[in-house]
Amino acid sequence: MEVSGWGRFPKTTAEIIEPVDSASLKKIVLAQNKSDSLICRGAGRSYGDSSLASRMLSSRFLDSFLALDEKAQTIRCGAGVSLDAILKLCIPRGLFLKVVPGTRFVTVGGAIAADVHGKNHHQDGSFCDYVQNFSLMLASGEIVICSEQENSELFHATCAGMGLTGVIVDATIALEKLSSASIRQHSLVANNLKECFELLEANNGSKYSVAWLDCLSRGDELGRSLLFLGEHDEENESRAKLKYRSRGGPGIPFSTPAFLLNRFTMAIFNNSYFNLKKRSKQESIVDYDSYFFPLDNIGNWNRLYGSKGFLQYQFVIPTDAAFEGISKVLSKVSAAGKGSFLSVLKKFGKQNKNLLSFPREGYTLTLDFKREEKIFPLLNELDEIVLDHGGRLYLAKDARMSEAMFKAGYPEWERFLQVKNRVDPSSMFSSLQSNRLGLS
Amino acid sequence: MNILIIGATSAIAKATARIYAERRQDLFLIARSEDRLKQLSADLTVRGAESVGYSVLDLNKFNEQEKAIDQAIGFLGTIDVVLICHGSLPNQQEAEISFRLAQKEINTNGLSVISLLTLLAEKLILQGNGTIAVITSVAGDRGRQTNFVYGAAKSMVSTYLQGLRGKLFPFNVAVVDIRPGLVDSPMTAHLKKGALWSSPDRVAGKIVRSIEKRKPTVYAPGYWRAIMLIVRLVPEFIFKRLKF
Repeated sequence: MEVSGWGRFPKTTAEIIEPVDSASLKKIVLAQNKSDSLICRGAGRSYGDSSLASRMLSSRFLDSFLALDEKAQTIRCGAGVSLDAILKLCIPRGLFLKVVPGTRFVTVGGAIAADVHGKNHHQDGSFCDYVQNFSLMLASGEIVICSEQENSELFHATCAGMGLTGVIVDATIALEKLSSASIRQHSLVANNLKECFELLEANNGSKYSVAWLDCLSRGDELGRSLLFLGEHDEENESRAKLKYRSRGGPGIPFSTPAFLLNRFTMAIFNNSYFNLKKRSKQESIVDYDSYFFPLDNIGNWNRLYGSKGFLQYQFVIPTDAAFEGISKVLSKVSAAGKGSFLSVLKKFGKQNKNLLSFPREGYTLTLDFKREEKIFPLLNELDEIVLDHGGRLYLAKDARMSEAMFKAGYPEWERFLQVKNRVDPSSMFSSLQSNRLGLS
Repeated sequence: MNILIIGATSAIAKATARIYAERRQDLFLIARSEDRLKQLSADLTVRGAESVGYSVLDLNKFNEQEKAIDQAIGFLGTIDVVLICHGSLPNQQEAEISFRLAQKEINTNGLSVISLLTLLAEKLILQGNGTIAVITSVAGDRGRQTNFVYGAAKSMVSTYLQGLRGKLFPFNVAVVDIRPGLVDSPMTAHLKKGALWSSPDRVAGKIVRSIEKRKPTVYAPGYWRAIMLIVRLVPEFIFKRLKF
């Protein structure tokens, strides 16, 4: 079967295996030819080739809840449970996930493997900071419990470990109690990148913050952006506010011709979006669904980039060098005229102890590029800027970086490999990405 | 509402049970694997089920079926809905040349269901109400070269249900024949998927709605009714040449 990540590039032919419980999972793992490649796949929402291998282990049927402890505010569930399913269950009970990424359709296993982050990273850290423990099936078929206290080295290698240490079977996640599912949103306009940085810095106390950047703007307007700050709307407590929402909006039924997305159509979109938001109310109450997951309401939005797919480029640069690095990246992108709808700038808080976790203190920028041959040399040039400024790329988005780029950005890669070699000496768990990056 | 689900760990059954759990119903589950029953019970409890009980049974052990049903009645009190979901998809080519395999498959997909129906009909007549829903298959609508052992077992059940529906009508017991088309589940994991395939969740939604409305025969998803109408209308001299 032909499969790809969310970016629809690259594509590969793979056999997909769908265990229904840990017993069938064990059979599959034990029967696996150790020299063949096997990798876990959750919802397939990583963009590049992290979940691609010749044999892919889908967590689709490992989707059971095991326990919900409303008092202790924890949930234990199978790795294939989606964050959407957790929210659907928990919101009416007044419980929320501490960290949600930009889509609620990822699985718990995937969220741990990529240590995903959300709009509150600067305050609350990333997803794995709220993972109390998980059970991991190793290449030997043995299941081990990992947590900060128990098998902690394996815990910190598996969190953000891209599925390379074994198969996450189930996990226990801490939740938080809230009285409202609404977000009080405050939007601010920044006329250039400098202003945007100043505003992000000044609003560091805001629970959620993210900036949408018009990456086609140039000159004095380079980096003009809209900041969306958010707080849980705790003022007007009411039961009605604890309502699960999933507004399944219109989907994209098929790949739209890629030429529809060019610098002119995107400039029109970006300009009108910017001007529309500039004039709209600064304070508003929005439901969590449209604040956290705006794109989830457009089913299969990845098809907008045409059948050749797209690449998402997300990097982080440490605080001191961030403004300079991001300016250079934006100038380069803007000069090449290769912008996208989705350029998102976000401030990160402190790095955690997970060996391959992406977030570190600094600023992260996300850019989308339609896949075309010309884009690869441009991305290589961006890599150099990112490296020069001490930054790195997000593995869950990557489909093309070089081994050298990876190793320079993730200094703990050697320690990661030591742990991996201990639990998976024949490197049975490997993906197209891990082969490319020298991780298997 | 009190709901008994037989073959409860199948993908369609699981998805249906989850809908009932979210509606805070009482559930009793019957299936072969204790581990998976335990896990499903925990899942349904977390999702909101009022109460969940289960009994471990290999449904091909016909003479142990009554004990399990009695356990269900002991747990639930009365049965408002019983949903029979178990089944297996045989390898047609092997089943054609081995009667033993064909017999085994017809036992699982046909006779074990009829055995259950015999027991359940009696209990529900005494109760004076309830709904019996059985998952059969579009494969039972017409025997096709590629799947007629499975199809024969399923059509046996469908025919049985037609008669049973009439028999139970005066007792206020409804009989629902659910015929799913191609469903992307562990049972069909080895088959290549295409546009006509649907998810267990989609089929489950249709099952719950059909049980509510006490519909006699439903295709899930609904477009299979049109497809199977055409399949049934193809003249035999053409049909016998079709290799699908």
